[in-house]
Amino acid sequence: MTKNFLTEENFVKLHRVIDAHKDMQGPLMPILHEAQHIFGAIPIEVQKVISEKLNTPLAEIYGVVTFYSQFTLEPKGEFLIGICLGTACYVRGAQQIIDKICELTGVAVGKTSADGKFSIEATRCIGACGLAPVLTVNEDVYGRLTLNDIPGIVQKYKGAN
Amino acid sequence: MSNVSLSINGVQYEVPSELTVLEAARTVGIDIPTLCFLKDINEVGACRVCVVEVEGARALQASCVLPVREGMVVNTNNTRVRKARKNTVELLLANHNRECTTCVRSKNCELQSISEELSIRTIPYEGEKREPSYDDLSPSIIRDSSKCILCGRCVSACKNVQGIGILEFLNRGFKTTVGPAFEMSMKDVPCIYCGQCMVTCPVGALTEKPAIDAVWKLIEDKSKHVIVQSAPAVRAALGEEFGYPIGTNVTGKLATALRRLGFDKVFDTNWAADVTIMEEGTELLDRLQNGGVLPMITSCSPGWVRYIEFQYPELLPHLSSCKSPQNMFGALAKSYYAEKHGIDPKDIAVVSVMPCTSKKSEIVRPELEVNGYRDVDVSITTRELALMIKEARLEFDKLEEGTFDPFMGNYTGAGLIFGATGGVMEAALRTVADVLTGEDLENVEYHAVRGIEGIKEATVNIAGKEIKIAVAHNTTNAGILLEKIKKGEADYHFIEVMACPGGCVNGGGQPIQPANVRNVIDIRAERAKALYSEDASLTVRKSHKNPEIKKLYDEFLGKPNSHKAHELLHTHYVAKEKFPL
Repeated sequence: MTKNFLTEENFVKLHRVIDAHKDMQGPLMPILHEAQHIFGAIPIEVQKVISEKLNTPLAEIYGVVTFYSQFTLEPKGEFLIGICLGTACYVRGAQQIIDKICELTGVAVGKTSADGKFSIEATRCIGACGLAPVLTVNEDVYGRLTLNDIPGIVQKYKGAN
Repeated sequence: MSNVSLSINGVQYEVPSELTVLEAARTVGIDIPTLCFLKDINEVGACRVCVVEVEGARALQASCVLPVREGMVVNTNNTRVRKARKNTVELLLANHNRECTTCVRSKNCELQSISEELSIRTIPYEGEKREPSYDDLSPSIIRDSSKCILCGRCVSACKNVQGIGILEFLNRGFKTTVGPAFEMSMKDVPCIYCGQCMVTCPVGALTEKPAIDAVWKLIEDKSKHVIVQSAPAVRAALGEEFGYPIGTNVTGKLATALRRLGFDKVFDTNWAADVTIMEEGTELLDRLQNGGVLPMITSCSPGWVRYIEFQYPELLPHLSSCKSPQNMFGALAKSYYAEKHGIDPKDIAVVSVMPCTSKKSEIVRPELEVNGYRDVDVSITTRELALMIKEARLEFDKLEEGTFDPFMGNYTGAGLIFGATGGVMEAALRTVADVLTGEDLENVEYHAVRGIEGIKEATVNIAGKEIKIAVAHNTTNAGILLEKIKKGEADYHFIEVMACPGGCVNGGGQPIQPANVRNVIDIRAERAKALYSEDASLTVRKSHKNPEIKKLYDEFLGKPNSHKAHELLHTHYVAKEKFPL
């Protein structure tokens, strides 16, 4: 990770979020959602602040963070590539597509590239079976893919900022 | 309290309306197996071993959390129910490290028992197992996730009983495991090592760090003079390991067993508890008379000391500077005893038998030594002592009733009751009252501080002085008192805290009683009775009346809180950060 996401500014935001939620019932989930949004991840430095301010054990917070896949301990890359491994996509060759993407980006499934550019996730069915096989890059959706489409897609984001 | 009428296995019963189906069945002699259920500690209906069939309900119901209701028709024993229970346990076993023969919990394992009771003979499922993690880096606790069945009893004991929350369910689905935040080692987290997780664990996933081999090695080392001290609570529970009813006092057999194991001297931590009273009582009087920090809080329980160091470091000046009896004993063994008997302290080894797993971490605290000699060399639990007795193949029930060796084995009723919540307070009051009145008061029993209520408060009138006291056991209750102190709302003079629920008698190193016993017997109260009844039978029940204690001060220490006493018997504490980055 090249970018420092644990900035003072982000912690100021975090404190503001905690203060806004801490007196409501069940404050942990909304705070974690916001924290994930602010920092792009919820590492120990962030969890400690939440733990101390909510007077909730760190283990409990870590338990919640590791339970939900929306929360991450490390920041995701700038571009999150999600390859659908639902049944329809799978039978139409999604595995080969994953392998190709991993090869071209040098990133393993579930990991983030050293330069913080790409994260790769194998997802469950995203409900676009008519487009199988399908992948998403952040908000962009690519369907009816063939292996030949992949280098172009990867290249597009490699060049982008 | 009204009754409801329900049918269990075709028979109509009247039972109180506040019972669960599990309790109702037990009141009429029908046992329903449980695994995750532990009365008052873990009532979550998670493991599905206690399922029963209820007419009108589609699915089988978890009886441990199912309230009875009028007209209910329950079946606890038909093929559907038996099959479901068996299936649940088979699935647990499929993902369990089944090396029972080498497990420290073998023969005292609830999973093992239930498998036997459900006649499980084969495991029909084979497949991937959860990736295990093993952590033996802390001085007190070993965590072995390959044995964990995810019942949540330890999580609840740590979070809900002790109010600390070191252990938690982590990850999700097949990867779910129980462990500390960020799967750190137990040595790197603000665990107080009280061991309540171990005594609530139904299997061998959480166990004490064993030290038996180190003790055997010392005993067989001819160059060492090996002294053993046994804590008050040990005698109130050791018998359970040998089939005695809960609450049996086995002082006599304990002394004999220790001698037979080969220790050179068999002494008693009770004696050091009497010393603690002299030191702590004097410290309290000094703080009362000279404007010291009040309330003063006891410091015998190492779990409690770790708790305040991590959670409320700003309140450390309230802690008595007294070492715990275990360490006072060690320090005096390697100074006073050594001098009196002409033994070089370097040749003396002190072994302690404790109801406690936190004592193992206490003995390695760097400051607890005198002249370069560790106060205590090895600390083992009551359970480990039982194992040593079994390894030595002593027939415990046939051992004659012995006594502790004179000198550091002479104790009073005051030292003895240190093992139960309220005991240190009562022992201190017995001495403080005599000192303040200048009399030898006949009434030595302070019933207001006895019993298992979470926080006990009383005002004791001594020689026209009102002394406000409070007693807390388990760290949740201790935390409540500390919050009061922090807010300036506590006007107590003296507070006793023991980290474990019920005090040392229910310490993390004590014999482990399964849920089906703990559901019906309050082991805290029963074991405490063993101590109070021995106390009542003794003629000397005040620490300052112990002739050996008088001798200690006359011949060696001078007076309580003297310079020498401070050097040997007092200590300091360290503010600790919870999760340093």
